[in-house]
Amino acid sequence: MSARPTVPAAAVTRRDFLRVSAIAGGGILLASYLEPLSAFETAGARGAAEPSLGAYIRITPDGIVTIVAKNPECGQGVRTMLPMLIADELDVDWKDVRVEQAGLDTVRYQAQVAGGSTATPTNWLPMRRVGAAGRAMLVAAAAQQWGVPAGECETDKGVVRHRASGKSASYGALATAAASLPSPDLATVKLKEPKDFRIIGTRVRNVDMKKIVTGAPLYGIDVTVPGMKYATFVKSPVFGGKVASANLDVIRKLPGVRQAFVVDGGTALNGLLGGVAIVADSWWAAKSARQKLDVAWNEGATAQQSSAGFARQAAELAKQAPQRSLRKDGDAAAALAAAAKTVSGSYYYPFIAHAPLEPQNCTAHFRDGAMEIWTNSQLPEQGRALVARTLGLKDDTITVHMVRSGGGFGRRLNNDYMVEAAWIAREAGVPVKLLWTREDDMQHDFYRPGGFHNFTGGVDAAGRLVAWSDHFVSFGEGQSFAPSANIGAGEFPARFIPNFALDASVMPIGMPTGALRAPGSNGISYAVQGFIDELAHAAGRDPLQFRLDLLAAEQPAPSPPATGAGPQPVLFDGARMRGVVELVREKSGWGRKLPRGSGMGVAFHFSHRGYFAEVVQASVSRAGVLKVEKVWVAGDVGSQIINPSNAENQVQGAVLDGLAQALAQEITFAKGRTEQSNFHDFHLLRHAQAVPVEVHFLTTTFPPTGLGEPALPPVVPAICNAISAATGKRVRRLPLSRTDLRWG
Amino acid sequence: MKVNLRVNGQKRTVDVSPDMPLLWALRDELDLKGTKFGCGAAMCGACTVHVDGVPTRSCVIPAAAVQGKEIKTIEGLSADGTHALQRAWEELDVPQCGYCQAGQIMSAAALLEKTPRPTDAQIDTAMNGNLCRCATYLRIKQAIHRAAELKVEATQAGAPRSLRGAK
Repeated sequence: MSARPTVPAAAVTRRDFLRVSAIAGGGILLASYLEPLSAFETAGARGAAEPSLGAYIRITPDGIVTIVAKNPECGQGVRTMLPMLIADELDVDWKDVRVEQAGLDTVRYQAQVAGGSTATPTNWLPMRRVGAAGRAMLVAAAAQQWGVPAGECETDKGVVRHRASGKSASYGALATAAASLPSPDLATVKLKEPKDFRIIGTRVRNVDMKKIVTGAPLYGIDVTVPGMKYATFVKSPVFGGKVASANLDVIRKLPGVRQAFVVDGGTALNGLLGGVAIVADSWWAAKSARQKLDVAWNEGATAQQSSAGFARQAAELAKQAPQRSLRKDGDAAAALAAAAKTVSGSYYYPFIAHAPLEPQNCTAHFRDGAMEIWTNSQLPEQGRALVARTLGLKDDTITVHMVRSGGGFGRRLNNDYMVEAAWIAREAGVPVKLLWTREDDMQHDFYRPGGFHNFTGGVDAAGRLVAWSDHFVSFGEGQSFAPSANIGAGEFPARFIPNFALDASVMPIGMPTGALRAPGSNGISYAVQGFIDELAHAAGRDPLQFRLDLLAAEQPAPSPPATGAGPQPVLFDGARMRGVVELVREKSGWGRKLPRGSGMGVAFHFSHRGYFAEVVQASVSRAGVLKVEKVWVAGDVGSQIINPSNAENQVQGAVLDGLAQALAQEITFAKGRTEQSNFHDFHLLRHAQAVPVEVHFLTTTFPPTGLGEPALPPVVPAICNAISAATGKRVRRLPLSRTDLRWG
Repeated sequence: MKVNLRVNGQKRTVDVSPDMPLLWALRDELDLKGTKFGCGAAMCGACTVHVDGVPTRSCVIPAAAVQGKEIKTIEGLSADGTHALQRAWEELDVPQCGYCQAGQIMSAAALLEKTPRPTDAQIDTAMNGNLCRCATYLRIKQAIHRAAELKVEATQAGAPRSLRGAK
């Protein structure tokens, strides 16, 4: 497959850019200022001090409209969704639209990120403005040609019309003239009323559909560059270990092997680590040679760490006074002492791997001092910076092509495979495709960290939740948490309980951790919503009504969180959550009588600006065999579901992803190594385990927000709460495959 | 060693090591990138192709072991992407990342050849070796049912064989 080279980054002004576009000929290119974003939302992308330009639309005389999709596509549907926003406001027929993937060019496109469910909230208005500006310019060109007021012209699917004179012209015929006109002010360009949307809100299929179903080259692993060789990279099974010695002389003589060399690497777990690279004529030759590789490793201190050791330390820390307080409202200790009933429970969730189905890979070519990279990274800009830093290159000598990925889930927010490919390609002097094995992927992930929550809660005589204490035992050092091992001081149920204490203790970890779809939330929701269920039970209340009452007890905006620095997260809005809890109550038929051994569980969670409440119906046999029967979902992501087809698909996928996590997923460590290696011991969901997932969206007046992540967290506790309703047993540790569910 | 293959109706010769799995011969020697690598251990189904009509995990079977057999990959499922399954996948907008879908479609195609109107349980059994990390399982199942309908409709309408998704 070939990818178009990216345009070198350059500081162009809007006027310059339009002139360049006109000279390039064949139509019109439009530029846009993007909506400023907070650092919190752009997941590490640069701040918005200096607005940058982007080019998004090309209209050729034949009426074909090419729209550039700027973000990495990893299955979240953004390559379809962003162009829909432009096309609707431009007022073209979707069948005339061709979508083109941008390369990495953050001068033009600003944030080019797949993460944090940010694409919708950050692009909803800016992309529409691009389309609306294009439409306005085409109308202006027509009005000028016809000598009529632009206000008398209207558009319809790629045609401008002037009703009074009966004149009309296609966008294709007007494009060149339009390109010479000034672009309207994007801040004030008129946008459609939602009732006039013709593409937004319709079921638009994946723009890469044809390639996917016919097997056309499309993914990172499919990239081919003339003269390319294939590489495998063998790292220490203990994270961060270094090569002491290796039998490279033996390896170099093996069939098909071109080169074998040691990479010293550094110490940052998300950078280039030590290992042995084998470059061969085919990937199979490289992988076969690897079976003969004999490496002595300097394993380092992480070799002393294990899951059993973490569990022991966590139990010790839980007994001790917390290392620090993250939030304190009222007096939890006094309120617990005065409560009518108290409950204590320790919840544990395990480490989990991302396991995207496309193993990590990257293709790189270094020549004449310049690096060209083809990557499926979710954060290609950070990858480019890592390559530049590690190889001593300048950013502007690195060209990055963005290729579709076979699943991200947060794994490709790290760029370790990218810097490895770049390093190996420079050493090898030829284009190199680096491809990891599944075992490499499973054993060198940035895992969803496990966590330990030690709760005590109290209810008063009226059955109200009046006191809450959580000593969260996690990973990190001193005042910092390991990546994605943190908890926010505003995390629910903060602000909903008058006497609230959130404390934390951490232990050091040598294994890399990172964001997994709905990071933080995917574990915290399980623990918090499970324990809320226990308190509802202690209060003798219906767990759904108990939650509605709790949500109604929202306190006004809080004092700044104890942790201080950084952009403030968006506040949880109790009223919006009540809306989805009520909707899921209705849709699931909550409260109907079920036989012993069957039960319904409910949970909700707010993350990534999305509000989701979910009900699970499950049965458990006396022998402890669990059958999850159905999941009902109610979600509020604002005023508009942009692409209902993909929205439903994302929600169903996220829910089933959560089901897989709950059922059987666990990564464990021994002697500093990951014990699991492939899909026989790390279990993805299979066909026969998929259950019906009924999805309902609650339309509200809030701006639209993202859907890649927020539907996942609630299903995990909802399953566990359904099990409890069915059996009376609480699930305080995951995965369920390690839990004895026998009853009766 | 020289290995003579019949891939999608064409004779192809590759010069590969005796143990090279068919997957890598297809992808890296014959540039047929539709068949995907997922686990290398016949546990995910991303590499599914047909060998004499039987769905086979190409990541573990050596190319040398399938000489003389008829190999069909996703690229050869239909001439123009209009096999009933491909149309059903489009109609129902099945994929998310899409990486597993070639393998899913190949397993489903073999199922429909043997069982033109499969039940949910038959689909679960036939497809259980094909992982979808995005968990598009509900739509895959719907799409297989839809493809079964499309094949019947095409047969009744006397459509060309290609539309019926026959071999």
